[in-house]
Amino acid sequence: MSWETVIGLEIHAQLSTKSKLFSGGSTEFGAESNTHVDLVDMGLPGVLPVANKEAFYKAIRFGLATGAKINQTSSFDRKNYFYPDLPKGYQITQMTKPIVEKGSIKILVDDSEKIINITRAHLEEDAGKSIHDLFEGETGVDLNRAGTPLLEIVSEPEISNAKEAVAYFKAIRQLVTFLDICDGNMAQGSMRCDVNVSVKKTDASELGTRAELKNINSFKFIEKAINYEIDRQIRLLESGESVVQETRLYDSEKNETRSMRSKEEANDYRYFPCPDLLPVVISDKELMEIKENLPELPEEKENRYIKEIGLDESEAKIISSSKTMANMFEDASSKTNNAKLVANWLVGDISALLNRDNIEIDESNLSAENFGKLIGRISDNTISGKIAKSVLEEVWENGSDVDEIIESKGLIQIQDESLLEEIANKVIETNPDQVSAYKNGKDKLFGFFVGQVMKETQGKANPKSVNEILKKILS
Amino acid sequence: MTIKYKTIKEIKKMISSKVISNKEIVQEVYKLIKDNNHLNAFITLNEETSINKAEELDNKASDLPLAGIPIAQKDLFCTKGLRTTCGSKILENFIPPYSATVIENLEDAGCISVGKTNMDEFAMGSSNETSNFGNVYNPWGDNLVPGGSSGGSASAVAAGIVPGASGTDTGGSIRQPASLCGITGLKPTYGRVSRWGMIAFASSLDQAGPMARTAEDCALLLNEMCSHDIKDTTSLDEHIPNFEDNLNQSLQGKKIGVVQDLDLSSLDNEVIKVYEDSLKEFVSLGADLVDISLPNLSLSVPTYYVVAPAECSSNLSRFDGVKFGRRSANPKDLEELYTKTRSEGFGDEVKRRILIGSYVLSAGYYDAYYKKAQQVRRLIKNDFDEAFSGVDVIMTPTTRGPAFDIGSKGSDPIQMYLEDLFTISSNLAGLPAMSLPNGNLDNKPIGLQIIGNFLDESSILNFAHMYQTRTNWHLLTPEGEKK
Repeated sequence: MSWETVIGLEIHAQLSTKSKLFSGGSTEFGAESNTHVDLVDMGLPGVLPVANKEAFYKAIRFGLATGAKINQTSSFDRKNYFYPDLPKGYQITQMTKPIVEKGSIKILVDDSEKIINITRAHLEEDAGKSIHDLFEGETGVDLNRAGTPLLEIVSEPEISNAKEAVAYFKAIRQLVTFLDICDGNMAQGSMRCDVNVSVKKTDASELGTRAELKNINSFKFIEKAINYEIDRQIRLLESGESVVQETRLYDSEKNETRSMRSKEEANDYRYFPCPDLLPVVISDKELMEIKENLPELPEEKENRYIKEIGLDESEAKIISSSKTMANMFEDASSKTNNAKLVANWLVGDISALLNRDNIEIDESNLSAENFGKLIGRISDNTISGKIAKSVLEEVWENGSDVDEIIESKGLIQIQDESLLEEIANKVIETNPDQVSAYKNGKDKLFGFFVGQVMKETQGKANPKSVNEILKKILS
Repeated sequence: MTIKYKTIKEIKKMISSKVISNKEIVQEVYKLIKDNNHLNAFITLNEETSINKAEELDNKASDLPLAGIPIAQKDLFCTKGLRTTCGSKILENFIPPYSATVIENLEDAGCISVGKTNMDEFAMGSSNETSNFGNVYNPWGDNLVPGGSSGGSASAVAAGIVPGASGTDTGGSIRQPASLCGITGLKPTYGRVSRWGMIAFASSLDQAGPMARTAEDCALLLNEMCSHDIKDTTSLDEHIPNFEDNLNQSLQGKKIGVVQDLDLSSLDNEVIKVYEDSLKEFVSLGADLVDISLPNLSLSVPTYYVVAPAECSSNLSRFDGVKFGRRSANPKDLEELYTKTRSEGFGDEVKRRILIGSYVLSAGYYDAYYKKAQQVRRLIKNDFDEAFSGVDVIMTPTTRGPAFDIGSKGSDPIQMYLEDLFTISSNLAGLPAMSLPNGNLDNKPIGLQIIGNFLDESSILNFAHMYQTRTNWHLLTPEGEKK
């Protein structure tokens, strides 16, 4: 029997506003518990929310970038449920009139493109955090996160497998970081997702019963959780049982999903319009300003890199795939006149170092200015590519200035042809056996002579000049 | 020299002519509170701070508009550092870290907040019998309710303890107790007065307002209470007039809407006569009576008892024992923390409304109840809009009768809900409305309601003040007519 999987994602992206969605409380991550909490965040009796326009502007950027409809009048509703880290006993969210509706995004899986439609993206406030492991037999509540603006991005159930789900999440993450509306930091919980999974027989017209997998915060776990869940559902159906509509929690240690609560136990959230907040109206002028200041998106960057800078398609794709890479490329390029060389180094040596250390480029010691210098010194033949690698290694380690490293270690490339000729002659004199072997047709030995010259010059010789000089002498 | 039964205007004059010191005023207030302890009008007193403030004023005279005026504050407004209970056990020890905008506005104008007045729990009630801190008594009788929910404020003003008090009105909670205690109380247009720091009952209906002995004093207080507050997005960014300016305007040719759809059948003839006599008085002041129709008026009470409980069921969710307020001792788990804290902390009426509200918002019932109620609310508002196209104000009795005995309506919530029959519609429509004394039946006062157009408190105050220049109902006190 053949089965088809239907997946929908609800991604929560924390918007990078300075203050919270309904208060002046700070959104900074990592502060001491309950220090970024004001009267409103605490839900004290008598306090009232005031909507933060900045969050709307960021949500609108997302809407515009996904070709969505922007509701210039949007409103807030209350979602009522009890939980210790939900201070008011309700969450303020946009149920009936979300700010963004009907967008779409392109994903790439195994070199083929697919469009995933986005049902809606709405603003809501985050809850605080319950801390279960710090106090013996008690639960602590940290409200620092309470009230942080979230954009909940809901996809249509158009995703067909775990790989596509990951590609979709990556595409959304790439987009929100390029739009500068979310830092995309999954480890800090800036992006989290709930996954709705159901399976049906390939020829069935109706969708199967779905399970919702809660709060998964890494690409790896999304893929694993979905694949586990698909197997579980198919196993159930094939053994004649049925899938229960429920919320399930993914346990990454055991690689399994477990039931959290069934539909019967689910909360009735008693949504109703929040009477404390008037509908928020975005004027034509505001919308126009956001449109005009929309940052360049990955695809636009990729095209520009290919057409205007002349990068290879593959290089352009890699560099434009991440905000931090693209920023580094553009900043470093602006400091040299050799953007192609910048791209080569980014995609080559630097990417290798990033992978080795498993970090993003903005977390490294390499500044755009220093990187630009490095490329400049290669372009003007001050140092060779080989020397440049060792300079990069050092910069990578401690962030030292490229010129200082070159100077203090005497790495300036030897351009003086007469000096190089002298060294080459000495190499030939001291290796008579190799010379005769070479002259008898062992062409491969040419590299040996080059290597010897480079060794004598501690790698500072200009390889191109060395080649020419040796060819002349040995011919 | 005494300030008992004095108006704000009179006390201002006493202060400026130095016939009494600010400290003597405040000291007398506390003496009057003690003399009237049986009224149970106050939950928490603010004696030390108030006397200090008065001494400061004695040392350095102030030209603030209400400098030294003692005001009682309904215990629903958060007062920084001063216990705020909202009449509930669940907040019996709650000390807010901030003050309501209304409190700040009044204190910035020089008022001295002498104490926090008793009230129905979370403002849910019409007789002050639902307070966790005991009934408030009406100074007009031994066993009479003062009305509610601002019963403590009404009783304190009626007994002459303070010249004015703050109140809040969600369905009649300023006007009904004003009527039952023989004082003047005004619920402003929704959004005139900031709700920041008012503990919410029903957010779309709640509005704070002044309670005093005269319309003129209400104008003085309202001048200071109103502000456009960026902390409350429902606060109106509209011009705030000086409400004293129009008090003495002639009523010649002004139009009073008389509601034809009003069901007066359940009212005593005496009550109807009081109402009709007042209308005649206004005619003699030059106003014209115009018949108007508010066809959906009869739907006000059922509409209100869907909307208000719905909002309250959500607003009161924050009282869960987790962060502030009372927490039940030793719950065995989270579920029990919630159920015990809320079962023990809330009284029956509050629980009843939370249950009704949760029901009308629940999946499958929302459309039939909440959504429908919101639609009817719109119709009621439209009725008023239409009516106000042809009249300056609308008049009705405030209540169906004078104050009733404590315990006499306790067992039947519907009877109690009907107490607000005439007052609820202006909350649903967001319109300003006032109650002022217009009669006395068996030594029990009764009030007239004047409803104004959107933002037109000035017309209400004008009509009320002109009426009070011609009648003495507002001068009656439980101890006889004021000299």
